[in-house]
Amino acid sequence: MPLRVISWMVLSFSLLLPKLNQFSMESNTQKLIHSFSALADLGQEIADSGDFIEMVRTSLHLLLGTIGIRRGAVIECSRHLETTNSLALWGLSGDYDGRLIVDESDKDGFLSLNEGALRIDSGVDANGPALAPFLARHLEGLRAEGIELVVPTIVRGAVTGLVLLGRKASDEVFTPEDIQVILAMVRHIGVGIHTHRLLGEVKQRAEENERLYQDLRAIYRDTVRAFAAAIDVKDTYTQGHSERVGKYSEIIARELGWGENEVEGIAIAGYLHDIGKLAVERQIINAPYRINAKESSELNRHPAAGFDILSPIHHPYADIPLMAKYHHERLDGRGYPDGLIDEQIPLGAKIVSLADSFDAMTTDRPYKTRRTFDEVIHDFRRNTGSQFEPQVVAAFCRALLKELNGETKERKFLKMLGKNYLNAEKDAPLLRELLSELDPNTKAAAAGGA
Amino acid sequence: MGESPTSEIRSHIVGTTAVVYASDYLNKLTGERIERECKKQLDSGCRALVIDFSDTSIVNSIAVSILLGIIDIAEKKEARVVFSDVNDQAVQLFEMLGLIKHVVLAKDEQEALDLFTPPNQTPAMSH
Repeated sequence: MPLRVISWMVLSFSLLLPKLNQFSMESNTQKLIHSFSALADLGQEIADSGDFIEMVRTSLHLLLGTIGIRRGAVIECSRHLETTNSLALWGLSGDYDGRLIVDESDKDGFLSLNEGALRIDSGVDANGPALAPFLARHLEGLRAEGIELVVPTIVRGAVTGLVLLGRKASDEVFTPEDIQVILAMVRHIGVGIHTHRLLGEVKQRAEENERLYQDLRAIYRDTVRAFAAAIDVKDTYTQGHSERVGKYSEIIARELGWGENEVEGIAIAGYLHDIGKLAVERQIINAPYRINAKESSELNRHPAAGFDILSPIHHPYADIPLMAKYHHERLDGRGYPDGLIDEQIPLGAKIVSLADSFDAMTTDRPYKTRRTFDEVIHDFRRNTGSQFEPQVVAAFCRALLKELNGETKERKFLKMLGKNYLNAEKDAPLLRELLSELDPNTKAAAAGGA
Repeated sequence: MGESPTSEIRSHIVGTTAVVYASDYLNKLTGERIERECKKQLDSGCRALVIDFSDTSIVNSIAVSILLGIIDIAEKKEARVVFSDVNDQAVQLFEMLGLIKHVVLAKDEQEALDLFTPPNQTPAMSH
């Protein structure tokens, strides 16, 4: 039994003891044991139950069974509405739904009850005038259901619900000791309702925050796509390049087993990898000829310029500026802007680099037409290990092979490359061969797929 | 006489009386099983319920509330309820909480069944 339940039981017991010591000695011990046992069960139920409605239902049973009451209900008062909501009903007529009107002045009336419980048959005089409107509205209905007591659940000075109790099975009147036991149990049912309400509010706020966060991410993604479109508009010959690089990068990262958040991040990096081109003169980008060394130097500024543009922005994904900065680095150190080698280059930048090169090779440029798939594979074979990271090339090949083998739902490569570019019968063996060269362990598996 | 093997609670019918056996510890779970069984028997036409407590050592508060509910349902159907073979501790509990006002206590199952059977007549037993 949890420590807090034991503490709760001891506290409840110590509060009840002075009231209960007035019982006659003979019945006292048995009633005390019965009440104490029920309080312990109630504490356990409230502390442990994951099902709120079942917890309330069981708590009502415990209360009814402790005093020997034949019928009752637990109803919840809304903070904002005057209509109550029934949480548990027992022994009442099938037509009774536990809906009552409880307004703010009624709640004040319940808070000011001397005895802590409203005795239905005692009338306005005994219960105080504050509850006269409540009684006027509900006296007849409550009597019809055999309800004799209405006990508010009060937590932190607020009425959170009402417990309706019928007459005792013994037909005796409720004694002051009964009322004390009832109040102790109802207080804890009230805590259960309050805790559930708080948890509900926390959950609701968490869900709202999650929705807001998703909205912000969607806005961020849309903004990034708009940026990518703006970048590509500047380069007349490579329309859609940034978006395709984003998509290829996403495919590779997913094949490498990256998590969903990281996959989204690499896609964004792909979309934005050429953002530095916004800082490069349009004539150089759109030159319909092979650019000279000076122009090439100017064009090669774009990764560092991209880093400068992206760095001040708080991206929801890690290392986006670095992926833009290093997407022209090579494993052999002959890349730019910093001439990094192998492990110095972030894996994300290596992915974007391959995606960028693949798209460059497979789209027409002003000075050359796109390469055939055989030529692309040849380029991959020649440059893997010097320009491209082997595990990235392997992931790319596996992903493409899966699509050619019909193992994927979406035909992503087909959409980006056009339907006449790839030929499964001819290209799949090329991919399998390259894969087996990259990793001899994959040879058998690659040879097996067709 | 026949017991229903598929039921979670042992029971059998004698004429229009259903005998339902309570378990060792009568709590929420076992109380609800008895409630379901009693409802089923009343719905199928039984006019009296004998709840046998010969195996029962402890009855908790939730079970008391459920037993009160069974009494309520039986009263609405004008059926009688007899508790048989109740131990002293449970008798004290039922007295303290007023259940005794609504049920008859019998020494054992046979005495309970005799309450519904005219003298010199053997009760007819069926499934």
